[in-house]
Amino acid sequence: MDQPVEYRKGTYCHSAAPKVQAALDLPFPREWQAQEPDWKLPPDWKTIWLSGFKARLKNNRTFRLFLDLCVRCGACSDKCHFFVGSGDPKNMPVLRTELLRSVYKRYFTLGGRIFGRWAGARPLTEEVVKELFYYFYQCTECRRCSVFCPYGIDTCEVTMMARELLSLIGCNIHWVVEPAANSFRTGNHIGILPHAFKATVDSAVDEIEEITGIRINVPINKKGAEVLFVAPSGDYFAVPNWYTFLSYLMLFHEIGLDYTWSTYAGEGGNFGFFHSAELAKRLNAKIYAEARRLGVKWILGGECGHMWRVVHQYMDTFNGPADFLEEPVSPVTGTRFENAASTKMVHICEFTADLIKNGRLTLDPSRNDNVRATFHDSCNISRGMGMFEEPRYILHSVCRHFYEMPEETIREKTFCCGSGAGLGTDENLEMRLRGGFPRANAVRHVRETRGVNLLACICAIDKAVFPVVLDYWVPGVDVGGVHELVANALVMRGEKERTTDLRGKPLVPPEATDGV
Amino acid sequence: MKWLPSVTAALLAVLALIGLFFLVSAVADPHLLFGIVVPYAAIGLFLVGIPYRVLKWARSPVPFHVPTVCGQQKSLAWIPADDLDSPYRTSGVIKRMALEILCFRSLFHNEKFKLNTLKKLQFDSGRLLWFGAIAFHWALLIILLRHLRFFTEPVPGFVNALKSLDGLFQWTWWPGIFITDAVLLAAVTYIFLRRVVLPHLRYISLFTDFFPLWLILGIAATGLGMRLIWKVPLLPVKELAIGLITLDPPAPPAFIGRIFYLHLFLVSVLIAYLPYSKLMHSLGVWLSPTRNLKNNSRMVRHANPWNPAVKVHTYEEYEAEFRARMKKAGLPVDKE
Repeated sequence: MDQPVEYRKGTYCHSAAPKVQAALDLPFPREWQAQEPDWKLPPDWKTIWLSGFKARLKNNRTFRLFLDLCVRCGACSDKCHFFVGSGDPKNMPVLRTELLRSVYKRYFTLGGRIFGRWAGARPLTEEVVKELFYYFYQCTECRRCSVFCPYGIDTCEVTMMARELLSLIGCNIHWVVEPAANSFRTGNHIGILPHAFKATVDSAVDEIEEITGIRINVPINKKGAEVLFVAPSGDYFAVPNWYTFLSYLMLFHEIGLDYTWSTYAGEGGNFGFFHSAELAKRLNAKIYAEARRLGVKWILGGECGHMWRVVHQYMDTFNGPADFLEEPVSPVTGTRFENAASTKMVHICEFTADLIKNGRLTLDPSRNDNVRATFHDSCNISRGMGMFEEPRYILHSVCRHFYEMPEETIREKTFCCGSGAGLGTDENLEMRLRGGFPRANAVRHVRETRGVNLLACICAIDKAVFPVVLDYWVPGVDVGGVHELVANALVMRGEKERTTDLRGKPLVPPEATDGV
Repeated sequence: MKWLPSVTAALLAVLALIGLFFLVSAVADPHLLFGIVVPYAAIGLFLVGIPYRVLKWARSPVPFHVPTVCGQQKSLAWIPADDLDSPYRTSGVIKRMALEILCFRSLFHNEKFKLNTLKKLQFDSGRLLWFGAIAFHWALLIILLRHLRFFTEPVPGFVNALKSLDGLFQWTWWPGIFITDAVLLAAVTYIFLRRVVLPHLRYISLFTDFFPLWLILGIAATGLGMRLIWKVPLLPVKELAIGLITLDPPAPPAFIGRIFYLHLFLVSVLIAYLPYSKLMHSLGVWLSPTRNLKNNSRMVRHANPWNPAVKVHTYEEYEAEFRARMKKAGLPVDKE
């Protein structure tokens, strides 16, 4: 900890511009950059910070407990993808927390006050703030360390608190606050306005007609629909997320789902979650509000990682109870989703797995024969939710070549993409590649042993960042959504004979397959 | 903090305690101070400290439902849910917590990575840490239970049984040594060595990590010393122990031996130190929200006691800003 932090290009994110901070009424908007010596902290920053610290200790058992409990056994030390990829000791989860714990000891424990450095305590200085900012924006809140900790200490909980504290004195990164500000105002993180969303949907409809010969109808902001569908907004403007977007539209058309998109609540992904519980709640509030306004019965959610952490573990607490909604029931199969009885929001993989299990979809897996897929468990879906089997069941049903990566790197032990929690910016590329290394290394393993050419995932950030990460570490592996493969295999009523997949790549003729 | 000063200072601190003991007992009978006053003071600090710490944790609410899920969620009826690693029933949570506390299950899954010659990550078992930890803690617990024979008359059957079982090898190879004594010493040595040998452990270790290790080593050494070298008569020790817990400490006996008082002194220090140190992990783990909550947050609402009102962007505000564009694109609006 005595080593001062060095802001090296490529390993940190730009600071939030005053404009976006002000848009969300965040404190102390100002022009500043992390690599500059003067951070222009407010004059009484220390007081603000310490009283914020005290309030958080009082309000969050995890925070106080996790600062107190650690015995520094080191079990977590090599579990962080950033440590594996960078070797920086401060990326060991134990030390990342220790950066903050040392301050906690100095101001909030007797031993730390008396024995100081001998008890591992240190005073709060501007240098310490710089170090905290660097390393707590080098944690993707993936919770892998927490799986191995004998006390369940979750660095994510500590990172969340550290980021809240940094925000109190006006220190945020741009790629968290700007998307959050956009989501707040426009309903999606890139700032697409409602008419542009309509135009986007129209072009998707054209594209689907080209592939399938079917002209489908896409309801937007429709009152009285049975289901509100919320996806991460990346799905409708980024590639390869786009193909997942097409697949939602195709699937819902095929099963005749009475649903609607919303332009107001058009973002499931919650960038506020990477900033503070308060901002997460402010953004998340739109989903229930819109469900109420539109008068839907329940909510269906698309493929997204941290969106599902928020939906599964926070939404009901933040903005519930959703007593104006009904317990979700699949209108196609009649299955009651008892696991969503209170929150009233169902994951699309749960929904689709149920459709397939009940034989309600006609699927031709051979259409995915040009794909040799592996599945990346997203951190939040895994350790924040426990949805392991549904996407695998779907994948086994829609493609014939599916191979798992080594077991130390999947399910609850899955490795993060390295770009989550707001860190997926271009200026942070070196750190992202380092953080993505363990996952990419496992992909390389199945590429070499099984000829895998597609990493299937159910997270918008994965889809946005893995193309870059894999291109660096293991070129030749594409990235796609699980539902993209569903839509490829989905035989739609009245469709023309398909010649390409959703990406416009020609389908492999049946005789060319090896039928494995 | 560098590791070498930390480990040395921790050793010096324990040696200083021992020095203090000899200094004081050279001028006065150790019985009153180290046999009665210090143990009572230690127990007092312990009894004040434990509830203070636990209540401090317990008073902070759990605003969000954040279990670390390590198994398949309960969702569709035909998908087998993992009630242990993704507990959805109270019995599942109890099983998860019991295995965590009694068997250190998370640590059991520990693994180490290395980059092999093909630049591939290879994951090897890191179970040695689990083995060391479980050996250390269980040995400690059994030794503690064995000590009940000093505090009870008649000695309960299970304590005697434990003692005979633990002393299984005593008549054969190793007179006077209990299995747990050897296990404890080996485990403490392992835990100590990995802290000073493994570079990343050295980097994270503090004075407060070494101090309890030296202290426990001192306690074990004096305990063994009493049984093997400087034999201490059992009866006066037992009288003192029972006297202490019945709040009726006896007058100084003719002879117990200084080593006993030193042992008791170091134990007292440990007892007094425990509530104010990292050793509280033994109680804190029970409260850990990532382990003791069910993965049922979509089935049952989790309430946040301080759930604050926040400033939101309402649909009305949204439509007011974009109404013209929405109408032009043919999207429905609430207000014409």
